[in-house]
Amino acid sequence: MNKDTKISLALTRVQFNWTERILELGILLISATTSVAILMIFVFVGRESMPVIFGKSQLDASQLIRSVEDLDKMSAKEIMTYLGLSKEEYNSLDKQSLRELMLLKIETARDASKDKDAFINAASLKYLFFPHQWTGYDKPVFIWQPVSEIRKFNIIPLIVGSLKISLIAILVSVPFAIASAILVSVLVHPKIKEVLKPLIELLAGIPSVVIGVFGLIVIANIVQSVTGCVFRLNSLTAGIALSFAVIPVIFSISEDALSSVPKSYIEAAYALGASRWKMAFQVVMPAAFPGVFAALMIGFGRAFGETMIVLMASGNASILSASILDPARTITATIAAELAETVFGDPHYSVLFFIGLLLFIFTFILNIAANLVMGHLRTRIEGKK
Amino acid sequence: MNKQLDINMNKGIENINRLDTGSIFENCIIETQGLTVKYGSSIAVNNINLRIFKNSVTAFIGPSGCGKSTLLRCFNRMNDVIDNVHITGKVLLDGIDIYDKSVNVIELRRQVGMVFQKSNPFPKSIYENIAFGLRLAGIKKRELLDQYIEESLKKAALWDEVKDRLNANALGLSGGQQQRLCIARAIAIKPSVLLMDEPASALDPIATAKIEELILELRKDYTILIVTHNMQQAARISDYTAFLYLGELIEYNTTAQIFTTPAKRQTEEYITGRFG
Amino acid sequence: MNHNKLPLQITKPWRDCESIIFTGLCFLATLVVLAILVVIVGYIAVNGWGHITWKFLTSPMTQDIFDASRTGVLSLAIGTAAKVILMTIAVVPVGAITAIYLSEYSSSKSIFTKVVRLAINNLAGVPAIVFGLFGVGFFIKTIGSTIDATFFSQSSGPVWGKPCLLWASFTLAVMTLPVVIVATEEALRSIPNSLREASYALGATKLETIFKVLLPISIPGLLTGSILAVSRAAGEVAPILFTGAAYYMAGLPKSLSDQFMDLGYQVYILATQSPNIEKTRALLFATSLVLLVLTLALNLVAILIRYRMRSQNKN
Repeated sequence: MNKDTKISLALTRVQFNWTERILELGILLISATTSVAILMIFVFVGRESMPVIFGKSQLDASQLIRSVEDLDKMSAKEIMTYLGLSKEEYNSLDKQSLRELMLLKIETARDASKDKDAFINAASLKYLFFPHQWTGYDKPVFIWQPVSEIRKFNIIPLIVGSLKISLIAILVSVPFAIASAILVSVLVHPKIKEVLKPLIELLAGIPSVVIGVFGLIVIANIVQSVTGCVFRLNSLTAGIALSFAVIPVIFSISEDALSSVPKSYIEAAYALGASRWKMAFQVVMPAAFPGVFAALMIGFGRAFGETMIVLMASGNASILSASILDPARTITATIAAELAETVFGDPHYSVLFFIGLLLFIFTFILNIAANLVMGHLRTRIEGKK
Repeated sequence: MNKQLDINMNKGIENINRLDTGSIFENCIIETQGLTVKYGSSIAVNNINLRIFKNSVTAFIGPSGCGKSTLLRCFNRMNDVIDNVHITGKVLLDGIDIYDKSVNVIELRRQVGMVFQKSNPFPKSIYENIAFGLRLAGIKKRELLDQYIEESLKKAALWDEVKDRLNANALGLSGGQQQRLCIARAIAIKPSVLLMDEPASALDPIATAKIEELILELRKDYTILIVTHNMQQAARISDYTAFLYLGELIEYNTTAQIFTTPAKRQTEEYITGRFG
Repeated sequence: MNHNKLPLQITKPWRDCESIIFTGLCFLATLVVLAILVVIVGYIAVNGWGHITWKFLTSPMTQDIFDASRTGVLSLAIGTAAKVILMTIAVVPVGAITAIYLSEYSSSKSIFTKVVRLAINNLAGVPAIVFGLFGVGFFIKTIGSTIDATFFSQSSGPVWGKPCLLWASFTLAVMTLPVVIVATEEALRSIPNSLREASYALGATKLETIFKVLLPISIPGLLTGSILAVSRAAGEVAPILFTGAAYYMAGLPKSLSDQFMDLGYQVYILATQSPNIEKTRALLFATSLVLLVLTLALNLVAILIRYRMRSQNKN
């Protein structure tokens, strides 16, 4: 700091700063966390669902049945897998108990073989997606019945349930969300907007369990008194409750898109003699259309992936039906309700992870598509190539 | 010659009398050799060769967009932070090319300070604004910090106005005071050279006058390079003037010469206001 | 001169009519949306307020979890608070650093930046239950089991390889990362470049500039993001269904490897598993009210901070 020090000496001091470089590398690595997280979700959810994908899950009756004498030849691991025991359970049993379990398995196999469907691997892709004529039915059907003597894992009723309820939610929420977005972004004074916008977005701050409670009690009653339906917890009830959670999502994104339309468009419209409605509907909306469309996509993704509301308000019956007054089961509610009852490694467990994986892939693709659409909006508005 | 030029000429002669009488080469602190700056493919500054002398005030004048600021920013390598910029040629500070790979840019910026066109104090207290640079330079002791901060605020002619509110937020000061704070902040770490990019352009005439007085005072301890739009200002306070046009150095001479008998016709046209 | 004039349009009354109807409809729609907010909050408040007493707020959970007269909400509140605090500790550093990278280091052309941004966008859209599955598959079954096998192979049951407070909090941290990143990045980007230049001109390095100048200024933004993340995490039930929540525990969790009780989860249990709906009603509404007040209050604070930040920037 002494001014007499020659400038030349000061300038050529070595400058390589290890700490800075390491810290900057650290910043780079930590920023990779989000990307790594997405990859890991895919990997680890996929890992638990692999038995289904590769058709190797172990439904009791479809296994090769071993005789009791084989007990001595099998390794501990083989015994655990064959009998479906966890390490603690295996350690706690003595040899006699193991023999009894082996005998039980042989007996169950003998009983189960009375049913023609006892030996199929119902937790394989074929049976998950395609209908099958089970014993006691007169035609092929789609059934999700994981807890039963002959377990059935067809996921079509679940997919249909999710779609049905999500569609109802979107149909109900879209008019309200977009109309409010138009009002707030283009039709009101900016000062009013500053109050209205956060207020509407506050709706997103209500936890979905609370909306679920509201749906379970209030909406169900209303729906029942208006339509006179048999089941008060049905697709319509769930759809309406779900729309409460979806409206703020569609509102936010649409409002952002509408607001980002340059003011010059609006001024030009007025200057040419357009009324408010023409300006909003025929100038601003079309310009912001990609953004609004992306909002719909993201809203649909939100509806499709919502768990608590549908868990509480949809009736949770895995029926395959087109009627909106019938209860339904969604993919999300199924996972939420049934995972706790499954055993690690059990086919039911693997199937639940499998549908979770499907759900993840679906929302992933939907998100990427929405992003592309948003990018399109930006190019349109900014006039870039 | 009109009356305005008369006044300038008198000022210019005064300025010459204040100069060191030592040999020009001994006093040269900065020298540029073939300095060229390109943004992508467009040339901002082309082949500049000049010498800056110790303890002088050198003004860069010229119409907007002629590369004055770009040239100024070369002296403390602030152009490094911009993408897509290519700099060729040498800039020698005390004999060392500052663009050489072995040069410590951080140290360079401590030796060559900068004051910007729009004052940019940090949203911290007045004390902390100045302490920031001092702490970076390794001064941690409270007594030393207090001492250096008081010194620099006095040199920047701001001490009396703020001495009892050093902990107040710097953004509460007026425009002129904020700029003087930025000057105090820059000189607190005792650079040898001070770069000023149109320091008074955003200020009212009274504040501007204060800044100009300050520059003339600071000249005793620092070498000052100032970019200015205001020709009268250049004539008032600088010893040397460089006229730039479209990235080229058209003329460089003592201020008196430039404003009384410019060698190039372009210079004369700019000074007499025929274009700008 | 003779210009061809457009025939005079006498459409003014019609135009006005269209406009009025249209604006009116939009206005009604907005009213409906606001009404939804008011009705839900009002309904829960009206039904739950009666049961909110000091005793209710401060007594712990008892075995009679469905009996309104016997149990209180304290254990739930503590459990929720614990999960949220742990989540904040995990998510704020990672989120802030990622935001720093995106704002100060990234170039819009680099592939890495595009991937990171895509990942953040996607993470924001992943369903909550999928995070729950991830929590089970990764934290519990992979990391937890590995820890157990390495350090706790002698113990009788799984220590870390089971649902617990730590894994639930980490799962929520992954879920709320995008919120923190977006808010912090917005705050950093809104800082004018002139401040960065002032710092460099004084001889600061990039990291020094970031941590000593930029980050302090962007704290309101970071705070907004964190509060929004906390508000979301406090109310989310799906991710913690299998990663740590329990509907009854004898006391408070004694360590991070214990399960915990949670407000949201309890509301779900009370609403769907109660053997006697009448008895549980008051409890259900009161617990919902506590949760609702908590999340809405946090949201309002975040909105206020954001509002102050925006008006400061305008000045």
